[in-house]
Order: sequence, then structure tokens, then C-alpha cells
Amino acid sequence: MKKLICLAALFIGLKANAQTKISGRIADVKGKPLGGVSVALKNTYDGSTTDSLGNYSFTSTETGKKVLEATLVGFRSFEQEITLGSASLHINISLKELVTELKAVVISAGAFVASDKNKGAVLNAIDIVTTPSANGDVTSAFKTLPGTQQVGESEGLFVRGGSATESKIYMDGNLVNNFFYSSTPGIATRGRFNPFLFRGTIFSSGGYSALYGQALSSVLVLESKDLPDRTEADLGISVVGIGGGIQKLAKDKKSSWGVSYNYTNLLLGFAINKQKQDFFQIPVYHQGDANFRIKTKSGGMIKYYGYISGNKTGFRNPDIDSASLKDAFSIENLNTYQNINWKDNLGNGWRIYAGISYSTNKDDIVNELQDAANQKQVITTPVFYAFKNFKVNNRAQYAQARVVAEKKLNGLNVIRFGSDYFYSNEKSTYTLYDGTEFPGTVKDNLVSVFAESDIYITNSLAAKLGGRLEHSELISKWNVAPRVSLAYKFPDNSQASVAYGLFYQNPDRRILPATANLDYSRAAHYILQYQKLTSQRTFRVEAFYKKYSDLYKTSVNIAGRESAASNNGFGDAKGVELFWRDKKTFKNVDYWISYSYLDTKRDFLNYPYAITPSFAANHTAALVIKKFVLPWKTGFNLSYNFATGRPYYRIAYDNAQTKYVITDAGKTINYNSMSFSVNYLPNLGKTNPKVFAVWVLGINNVLGQNQVFNYNYSNDGSRKVPVTPPSKRFIFIGCFLSFGIDRTQDAINNNL
Amino acid sequence: MKKCMLFLAVVLITAGASAQSDKYMAAMKNNIAAIDTSFKNPASLLTLANNFERIATAEKNQWLAYYYAALCHVNYTYTMQDKSKIDAVADKATALIDKADSLQPNNSEISCMKSMIASSHMMVNPMQRYMEYGQEISSYLDAAMQQDPSNPRPEYLRGQGLKYTPEQFGGGCATAKPVLQSSLDKYNKFKPVSDIHPNWGKQRVEMLLADCK
Repeated sequence: MKKLICLAALFIGLKANAQTKISGRIADVKGKPLGGVSVALKNTYDGSTTDSLGNYSFTSTETGKKVLEATLVGFRSFEQEITLGSASLHINISLKELVTELKAVVISAGAFVASDKNKGAVLNAIDIVTTPSANGDVTSAFKTLPGTQQVGESEGLFVRGGSATESKIYMDGNLVNNFFYSSTPGIATRGRFNPFLFRGTIFSSGGYSALYGQALSSVLVLESKDLPDRTEADLGISVVGIGGGIQKLAKDKKSSWGVSYNYTNLLLGFAINKQKQDFFQIPVYHQGDANFRIKTKSGGMIKYYGYISGNKTGFRNPDIDSASLKDAFSIENLNTYQNINWKDNLGNGWRIYAGISYSTNKDDIVNELQDAANQKQVITTPVFYAFKNFKVNNRAQYAQARVVAEKKLNGLNVIRFGSDYFYSNEKSTYTLYDGTEFPGTVKDNLVSVFAESDIYITNSLAAKLGGRLEHSELISKWNVAPRVSLAYKFPDNSQASVAYGLFYQNPDRRILPATANLDYSRAAHYILQYQKLTSQRTFRVEAFYKKYSDLYKTSVNIAGRESAASNNGFGDAKGVELFWRDKKTFKNVDYWISYSYLDTKRDFLNYPYAITPSFAANHTAALVIKKFVLPWKTGFNLSYNFATGRPYYRIAYDNAQTKYVITDAGKTINYNSMSFSVNYLPNLGKTNPKVFAVWVLGINNVLGQNQVFNYNYSNDGSRKVPVTPPSKRFIFIGCFLSFGIDRTQDAINNNL
Repeated sequence: MKKCMLFLAVVLITAGASAQSDKYMAAMKNNIAAIDTSFKNPASLLTLANNFERIATAEKNQWLAYYYAALCHVNYTYTMQDKSKIDAVADKATALIDKADSLQPNNSEISCMKSMIASSHMMVNPMQRYMEYGQEISSYLDAAMQQDPSNPRPEYLRGQGLKYTPEQFGGGCATAKPVLQSSLDKYNKFKPVSDIHPNWGKQRVEMLLADCK
């Protein structure tokens, strides 16, 4: 009997428990069924996956209390305690979508974000160097995007009716003064920095974030690279010079350092490309930089970038007022820039970004009136000839400190706040023909505090609210700049945005010191945008209205130079812009088209009344096409830039009327320029090549189309001379080699 | 009675224990067998991935369950039409293989999987991502070969990558063939540690080689 009980007990013990059927339907909060959801009884094998109709069903031999869990990528997990018995369970579940960066609407009004990580990538470093009209210059590439003007006679970005001084450039959060090489009359200079320094760029043509200030029109935000992928050395040889550098990545891949040096000498370049100016000092540039980057334990990064460059150039142009005299201009420049910054995770959703930068700039400019034998001439009757002999010596120092704290709230909601402090000391001595010196020093301490929050109401609706407070010692007043933008994403993934903001700016140092107390100049931006982004295509259309007030008006100071005298200037700008980029329709072809319509008038500087400024064209368009032919390992790039003629004016002071008047005006011919470049990559695809070479041939203005940027007038206004590019075409040939030092094997050996 | 109780306890405990491991083995074998037919219906890969993940989380210390869950996700990314959604699935695979890695460090199969995940990420935008992920794919395969020189899969994956790389980029049959052949030689000698250890890819290598004839 005992044995019987024993066997029975054993039998019961081994007999499987009764099965429970669990089924149901899983949908999102809107009731749309979700397929592929994993449904599981936690800590058991039992579970199932929903079909395309969201249905699931499974049986379990478990009993008692268990947790039913439903998980799907991109959704918040669901858990519910259930009791398993013999009765079937029917459980319908609704899953809530996670607000994720990939799916969420991007607040993008006014901004072109370009980085390899970002879905909205518009232009990255490769795009910049393969845009033929840009010649490897960062800001020139942005001239193929809508909102910018095709200004060729001076450097900088002229955005939506704004002058170049209204666009500021930031590197890792710090303002970069003297981003461009010092100005030379009638010749646009290049940006100082190599596009490959940067991982991402954000070009905002308006309505930008409260994190940035002191720019009425636009900001270009450059984010430097983190650690390089590997240790690499490179060498470049071209018709304009030679350069080389090394980037060394530590074995543990936690730090890196690098140095590079470039020597530019345009002797050969100018021999190939005849310049209209008579260069008595061929442009020569020495440029060195150094960097280090260290990854911190908490996943942050400390980065240093230091730069030093010295350059000189000098050229003669025929003097506009006389038949045989010449104007000789020369400049020597020494510039240094140091930037160290730190970003880190502080835990609990807090991040910090901090940085300091220091830069110096020294310009020594000499302008002389010379005779046919290149001898200096001081002619005092009429006296305006004498004023053509002058010297300008600029010594500037800038320092900046900046801290931004960021706290991630639930979902993608973020608040950011911080402060920056900017010190500038700009000494300028202007020396007249007779040796009279007019020294002037402009010092400023600019303090700002700012706060901003990204608020995601849903995955489809987001707002960015921000504000910025600034105090400049120069103006000795506070300004308050609110910034607001809203974005809504449609079910087809296209999105609409609106943005509004107030922007303040101090006077440019070229019109300082001022002859009166000044206030900030101000612009209000209103932007409407629609865009549709896929990984292969971008379409956007943007309309804007910009209202300028308190712009600076100038008068002639005792040294005979224009200096800021009042805030009585004003103006406005409105327009519509289109952008289309497509990498899909044609195989191995990437092209983009931009078009901008601009209607603007302003009264500022010495303008007698509100006129369309000479840097604003009504219609601007650009087309860039890039095709890579795989079997030839060669890329062909073409760009075409077009703009309608820009107005030009002769503005002169009328002694009788005691005011400025326009004595002559006109419009330049339309601007057309087609540029072409070829890149040949012979080592492409070789497994572990020792050398990776890129050969480049580029021709600017292939068709040799006539380009007139503006007109210069003689002193009496009887003669005008067109301002044209220094050469009809520019042909560039170069070879860039990189030597990858593959340390994969070392890395493995060290890690095992 | 005491004897009976003792007997009962021993029987139940041993039965329970062996049931547990039999259950694990059986569940794994079932699901592994299903991977082979899953290419007819890619959505079933997600079901299998979920099955493996349930086993993995219930067992807690079986790296193979995490490994197969990751494998199913990665195979699924290769079938996805909407490339923009690949990253999320590949990230899920990374989370799973990282758990396998913590249970079984320095494993050649796990390094292979990491290389496959990097390929998935690269497919989203090969032109832009080549620099970053190309390097990763290659260094994980190097690691996998180092960790177990007899494993045929690193060479299979490398050979497959080469075969589908255009000749101008140093790929094509000519460069792929010796690598694939070496992989096949290793497959011919390869003995999996158990019925449920990775033992896939041989047919595919034979197919790739036949393609290159």
C-alpha cells in the first residue's frame, strides 16, 4: 500500500501541470496594431510574438502569480502581474511610443544641420571639399545653400540681406574672431580652418538658438572632431603649397594628439593663373596647428586646439584718379588661436560643456601711392592724393570663457542654461601720410546668460523656448533677446516649423571708436519652414521676414574715417528660399539645387536713405552635381552659381547740403560662374593600402564668364572701375596622401 | 515511508534538474532549427529572436541564448527594406551580444557577431559610414580569428564581404576566393562544442564558392 501511495505521489509529481492559454491583441495608443512585439512571461520560456495584426497567443504550464511583459524596439515596455490557473486569459495591451531622437520632430527652422550622425545632414567635410566652387573653403561651400549671397569682392557670409559682419562663426561653442584671413581690398580671403577639423556644422540662416548671440543675421556653428578613427599621417602637395600632419591615436583609443603644418606660396599658382593685380609680394602663408583630445572616464571629452599663422601679401592696382600712378597695398598678419573645452556627463541626466579660448591678431597694413617706377609719391594738391599714403597697425586680443549645463528630463525634453564672458581689446593706430598718428583702443567686456528648453509635447510636436541676456561694457546696457521655435511633424514624416527671435549686436570694430553713445543694433526674425527629409533626399522651403532697427549710422571723424555716430539706421528683408538635394534618382549621382529670393532695403552706415545694399541680389541660385564613377575611381563635380545683378552706388558727402547723397547708381551684370573639379582616388578599395592618395584638379569659372561684383569710383565721381575677380579662371592641381598606420593588431594584443 | 519520501525527493529533484536542462536544450534546438527556414519569412526572425531572448532572460547565464537572439536580429536587418530603421534593430542586437560577451568574454563567435552588427549599421548609408564601420567590421573579424583560429566564420564573413565589394575597390571573386576556400577547409574540420553551439554558414560558403567558379 505504502508503495502504491509512493508511486502515485511520484506520478502526480511528474505529471505536467495544466496549461493556461494567454492571448490578446497589442496596439499603440492610437489603436494601430503592432506586429513583432515580444510577449513573455517573465523568467520563463513561455511567450510569443505578435503577428502583423497585433495578435498573440501562447500556452503556459506555469501556475500562480507571474509577470506578463510586452516589449518592442521604440516603445515603452509594458508589465502586468497575472495569475495563471486553468482559465484562459485574454489580455489586450496598449504600448506607448518612446520619444526618441530618430523618430521625433527636429526643431530646424532656419538651420542647416550637417553632420554624419544626424539624419538631417546637409553638408559634411567631404561635401565641402568636393564642391568645386568652394575650393576647400568651409564658408564658400555654404554659398551653395539658400540664404547666402554670391559676394566675391570680400570674405564672409552675407545672409538674407545682412552684411558679412552680421554672421558669426563659433567653434565648439566659442566665438572665433578673425575666422578669415585679414581683408585685402577687392579680393575675398579664405577661412583659416581646414574643413576636416570639423565633425559637424550647423549653418543657421536665422532664428538661431539662445546659446548664441552678437549676430544679427546668422551663425555658423562648427563642432570639432572627437578622437580620430586611427593613427594617420598625411601630406599634401599642390600648386599653392605643401603641408603635412600627423594624428596619433593612443593604443587604448582613449586619447589622441596631432600636429600639422602648411606652407602656402602662390608663386606657382599665380604663374598658372595670371592675376590682374601686380603682386610685389606673392602671398605667403605659414600655418601650424596642434591638438589633443582625451576621453574622460564618464564618456566625456577634453579637447584642445591651437593654431598659429603668419602671412604676408602685397599688390599694386592702377590708381583710379590718375593715368600713371599706382596704389600699392601690403599686409602682414600674425594670428594665434587657442581653444580648450570639456564636455562630460555628470550623471543623473546632467551634461556640462565648458570652454575657454584666447586669440590674438596683429595686422600691419601699408598703403602707398606710387609712380610708374614704383616709388612712393606724396602729392598734397589736391590733398586726397596724399591720403592714399597711410598705415594701419592693429593689435587685438580676445578671451572667452563659457559654461553650459544641460539636464535631460524625461523623453527628449532638455533644459540648457549657461553663461559666457567675452573680453576684447583692439588697438588700432592709423597713421597719415605726414606721420600724424590716430591711435584708438576699443575694449569690451561682454557678459551673457542664457537659458533654453526643448519641449517635446509629443513625438510630433516640439517647442524650443529660450532667452538671452547680454551686457556689453561698450554700450553699458542690458539687452533681452527671446527666441522661440515650434515644429510639427506630419504623418508622412515631413515637418513644418515656425521661429521668432530677437538678435542684438555691437558695432563692428571698423567703425569704432564711436563719436556718440550707442545702443545695440537689433533684428527681429520671423521664419516659416516646411521640410521633408529622407536619408537620400532633402526638400525644404522657407519664407522669412527680418526687421532691422537701431542700425549704426556713420559720420566722418577727425582722422577722415567713417565712425559710428548714431543708432538711427533701420531696414528690413523678406524672401523665400528653396533647397532640394537628391542622392537617389540617379545612380552614384548626388546633386542639390538652391534658390533664394530676397527683397531688402536698409539705411545704415553712410547711406542717405533706405536703399538695397550693394551686397544684396534679388535672385540667387546654385546647382551642385557630383558623380562618382566607380570603375574609374574618379569623382566628377560641377557647380554653377548664379545671381542677378547687384546694385552699386557712389555715395558722397555733399558740403552744400551737409549730408550724404547718391551721385551715381547702377546695377552690375548678372553673376554666372561654373566650376569643375575631378578627384581621382587610385588606391580606393585596396585592402590595407599603405598610402591613400587623392588627386585633385579644379577649375573655377571654367567658361571664363565675366563677373563684376561692384564698382569703384574716382574721387570726383567722373570715373568708375568694375571690381572683378583677380583672375578669370583659377586652375588648381594637387595631390593629397594619407598614410594609415593600422594598429588593429596591436589593439587586439593589448586587449587580450 | 521515509525511504519512499527520500526516493521521491531524489527522483523529483533529478527529474526536475534534468527537465530543466533538457527543456533548455530542446528549446534551443527547436529554435536553432527554425533559423534555417526563417529566410522564407523574415518576420519569423523577430519571433525567433524573441524566443531566444525569453530563454536567455529566464536562464540568465546562457550566453548562447543571447548570441542567437542577436543573430536573429542581425539577420533580420539584412532583410529590412526601410534602411532608416536598421539602426534601432542593430542597437538591440548590440545590447544582447554585450550580455553574451559579459558571460563569455573573448569569444570568437561573439566577435563575429559584433562585426555583423557593424555591417548592419554600415548598410544604412555605406558612402558616409564606411570610414567608421568599415574599420570596426574588419577589426572585430581580426579579433575573432585571433581568438579561435579554427573558427571558419570570420573568414566566411570576410570572404562574403569581399565578394560583394566591387572589383575596383579591391573586392570581387579573385580576392574573395582564397579566403572563402580557407573558410571551407576550416568548416570541413570544424566540430561544434555541442548541438547548440554555432554551426552555421557552411552551405553559404559553398554557394559563394560555386558562384565564383
